[in-house]
Amino acid sequence: MASHNVTLQINGAEQVLELEPRRTLLDVLRVELGLTGAKRSCDMGNCGACTVLVDGHASYSCLLLAVDCPGRAITTIEGLAPQGALHRVQQAFVEADALQCGYCTPGQIMSLCGLLNENPAPTEDEIVRAVSGNLCRCGAYRNIVRAGRLAAAKR
Amino acid sequence: MKREHPPGAVGHPYPRVEAPEKVTGRAKYSSDIRLAGQLSGRILRSPWPHARVKRIDASAAESLPGVRAVLSRFNAPDIKWYEEGKLFDETVRFVGDEVAALAADSEEIAEDALRLIVVEYEALPFKIALDERSSGKTQVKWRGDVQAGLREAEIVIDDVFTTQTALHNCMEPHGCVATWEAGRLTLYESTQGVFSVRCEVAEKLGLPQEQVRVVTQHMGGGFGSKQIAWKHSVIAALLARKAGRPVQILLDREAENLAAGNRNATRQHLKIGARSDGTLTAIDVRVLLQAGAYTAGGEESDVIGTYQTLYRCPNVRAEQTSVRTNTGPAIAFRAPGYAEATFALESAMDQLARELKIDPIELRLRNYTELDQQENKPYTSPDSLRKCYGEIRRAFDSLKGSLKTETKKRRGVGFAAHDWVAGTGHPPAEAIVRIGDDGRATLVTGTQDIGTGTRTALCQIAAAELGISPSHVRIELGDTASGLQSPTSAGSATLPSLGPAVREAAASAKTHSGGKGERGPNPFHKTVRTCGAQCAAVEIDTETGEVTVLRVVTAHDCGRVINPTMVDSQVYGGVTQGMGFALIEERIVDQATGVVLNANLEEYLVPTVADLPDTHNATLSMPDLEANTIGAKGIGEPPIIPTAPAIANAIYDAIGVRFRSLPVTRKKILESL
Repeated sequence: MASHNVTLQINGAEQVLELEPRRTLLDVLRVELGLTGAKRSCDMGNCGACTVLVDGHASYSCLLLAVDCPGRAITTIEGLAPQGALHRVQQAFVEADALQCGYCTPGQIMSLCGLLNENPAPTEDEIVRAVSGNLCRCGAYRNIVRAGRLAAAKR
Repeated sequence: MKREHPPGAVGHPYPRVEAPEKVTGRAKYSSDIRLAGQLSGRILRSPWPHARVKRIDASAAESLPGVRAVLSRFNAPDIKWYEEGKLFDETVRFVGDEVAALAADSEEIAEDALRLIVVEYEALPFKIALDERSSGKTQVKWRGDVQAGLREAEIVIDDVFTTQTALHNCMEPHGCVATWEAGRLTLYESTQGVFSVRCEVAEKLGLPQEQVRVVTQHMGGGFGSKQIAWKHSVIAALLARKAGRPVQILLDREAENLAAGNRNATRQHLKIGARSDGTLTAIDVRVLLQAGAYTAGGEESDVIGTYQTLYRCPNVRAEQTSVRTNTGPAIAFRAPGYAEATFALESAMDQLARELKIDPIELRLRNYTELDQQENKPYTSPDSLRKCYGEIRRAFDSLKGSLKTETKKRRGVGFAAHDWVAGTGHPPAEAIVRIGDDGRATLVTGTQDIGTGTRTALCQIAAAELGISPSHVRIELGDTASGLQSPTSAGSATLPSLGPAVREAAASAKTHSGGKGERGPNPFHKTVRTCGAQCAAVEIDTETGEVTVLRVVTAHDCGRVINPTMVDSQVYGGVTQGMGFALIEERIVDQATGVVLNANLEEYLVPTVADLPDTHNATLSMPDLEANTIGAKGIGEPPIIPTAPAIANAIYDAIGVRFRSLPVTRKKILESL
C-alpha cells in the first residue's frame, strides 16, 4: 500500500510521518511516536481506552485514520501536564483512587478533560455521560465519577 | 482519647503508590513494550469448531516482503499441549483454536500475510451446547445419607439452575514480548503469575527454569484468565528464535474472547430438604459444567464447594461433571465455581425462606456453622460470617422499610450469603527488605501487582513494621529474576501470602542490614476461609423489562483491613462484575457453526458507569491472627460471589418471579410478566 507524507500536530509539536492510509491515529501514536498512554483494547470504538483530545474534544483514536488528522491539534495523556507535574484531572484520579489496573485510566482522564474544556462546571449526570463511553472492567466507576467531581471543583 | 495514626498506617487509607505512573500514561504495560528490532506476531485461528488440518500452504505468506518467520504444525517443534494435543495440533477443537502463526516487520504486513495462508480442513462432528444428556469426568463429595435426609425433610426445594458462559474481557488483552539473548528467553508478559509462566514455558521449550525470565510490571486486568502460560507465549518465543529478533504477540479483542478463557457455563440440579423450622436436613446437587475443548489448568472451578460448607447440614451429596464441548477452554474467572453455585444455592435458600415464611437472614442463622464440615475442623474466624449478617441486617431492614413500589416501577430487596475456599494465601512467598543509610527502605518481592493494590498494601505492611512512612518504602516486584518465590495472584492469595513474608523481612531488616522473610504454613488444626453477605435493592420497569440496581450493601470477612480505600475499590469492582453476570453478560455461540456471535465489546455487554448502583461497603476489619501473622485475608474474589443471587432475590421480591437462569435479561423479564 502506498505511503503518504503526513504532518501531525501532537502535544504541541509537529511530527512529519510517512504513513499508509489504513493506519489509525492510535496505532501511529503508539507505534511511530512511542506515546503508549492511549491503549488499544477493543480497536473498534467500543471501550474508550484509546481516547485522546482532537481540537479539544474527546475522540476515540482507534476510529480515526491518521491521514485524516493533519491540521488538528491532538493531545494525548502524555501532553496534559509537564513532566513531574499532574493535571487537575490526573491529581483527582490519584486522590479518589479512581483506578485499579489502570489500563482504561488515560482514556477516562482524556474524556473528562474533554468535558471540562467544554463545560467547566458539569453536573454529576454530565460527568457520568462524559465517561459512559469508557469501559472499566475493574469497576472503578464510582471513584471515576468522584474524581470528575473533584477535578471540576479544583478549577 | 482518639489515637492519631501516621498517614498510611496499616488499617488506614494511603494512595495507590503506582497511581502517578498510571494517570500520566508512563506506566509500561506488557503491551507497551517495544524493543529494538521488535516484530509483530499474529496467530491464524480455526474457523471450524472441530476439524482436521489436512494441508497448509504458507508459501505466499513466507515470500511477502517483511515476513520473518512462519510456524504451523508442519514445521513447528513437537511440543505437547493440553491433555493429548500439541502446540499446533493436527485437530482443531473450537473456533479460534491456533492453526499457524507468523512474525513480520509491522502489524500491517503480519495481517496481510495471515490472509495469504491457505488451510485445507476436513470438518468433523462437533458439540456446542451443555445439556442434561452431557457426560464427562465426574467427581463426587458426600457426607451422611442424603436420601435419609431428604426423607426426613418436611419441605424439599427441587430446581434446576443454569449459569451462562461469561467472558473476562480484561481491558488489556493477553499478550507478551519474547526476546532471546545468548540462549536465554525473556518474556514481558501480561500475567497473574510470573513464576507459573516461567515454569510452564521453560518446560514446553525444554529449558532449565533459570534460562527463562518473566517480567510483569503493570497489567491491564486478569480476573483469573491470565494465571497460566497460554500458547501465544511459547509461539512468540519460537517465532523470536526463528527470526532472531524480539516478537510481540497481542491478542485482538476477538481472539481474547474466543481463545483466552471464560467462566464455565453450568447446569445445577439442586434439592434442599429442610424441617418446617428451616433446619436443613439434606443438600443434593448434580452439576454439569462446560469445560470447553480443553482443560487449560490453573485454579479449579469448584462448583460443588460451597454446597458442602456454607450451611450446617449433616447430609450432603455434591456431584460435578466436567463436560467437553467444541468451544473455547474455560479458565478460572474471579471466584470460579463459587459465583455460579452461590446463584443457585442462595436462590434456593431464598425460596425456602419464602415457603416457610422465615426471614431470609434468620434462616441462614438457623443453619449457621462454625465448623468446616468436610474436614471436621473449626474455622479460624468462626464468628465472622455472623458479624457480616449483622451488618447487612441493618441495611436490609432499612431498605425493606423505605422502598416504594409503583404499578409500572416495581421495587424489591434481596439477600445472599457466601463463603469462599480461598483468600487464605499459602507458601512459598518470600520478600527482602533493605534499609538504606538515609533510613529509607527498599522492599523486593517477585510477585506481580495485578491492579489490586499489592504494591501499596505491601509498602504499608513494611512501613508499619519499620516504624516509618510508606512513602519511605520503595518497592520492586514483578520479575522472576528477583529469585524470590511468590504464588500466582489467584485464589485471592497475594496479600495473605506476601504480607506475612514482608512483615518478617522488615522485622529482620531492623536487626540485620538485609532482612529476608518467608511465609510460614497455614494452620493445620483449623480451616481458614473468607465469607460475607450482600443485599441489593432493584427497580424493574414493567414496560421495558429494564432492571436498575438501586443499592448494594456489602460486608465481607477479609481479616484485617490493611487499606480501607483499596478494599472498597475491590468490593465495588466485584459488585460491578457481579451485576454484569446477573443481568447482561453472556457469550452467545451459534449452535449450527460453533461461531461466537459476540466476541467483541459491542455485543458482549459489560457494565458501564451509567449502570452503577449506589454501593456501600460495610466490611469490618476482623484480624484473623490464627490465619497468618498479619491477620489479613484476600478480598479480590469474594465480592463478586453473592451479587447475582442478591439481585435475583431482589427481582423475586419485586415481581414474584423466580429466575433460575442467568443472565436475567430484559427479554426474560418481559416474557415472565
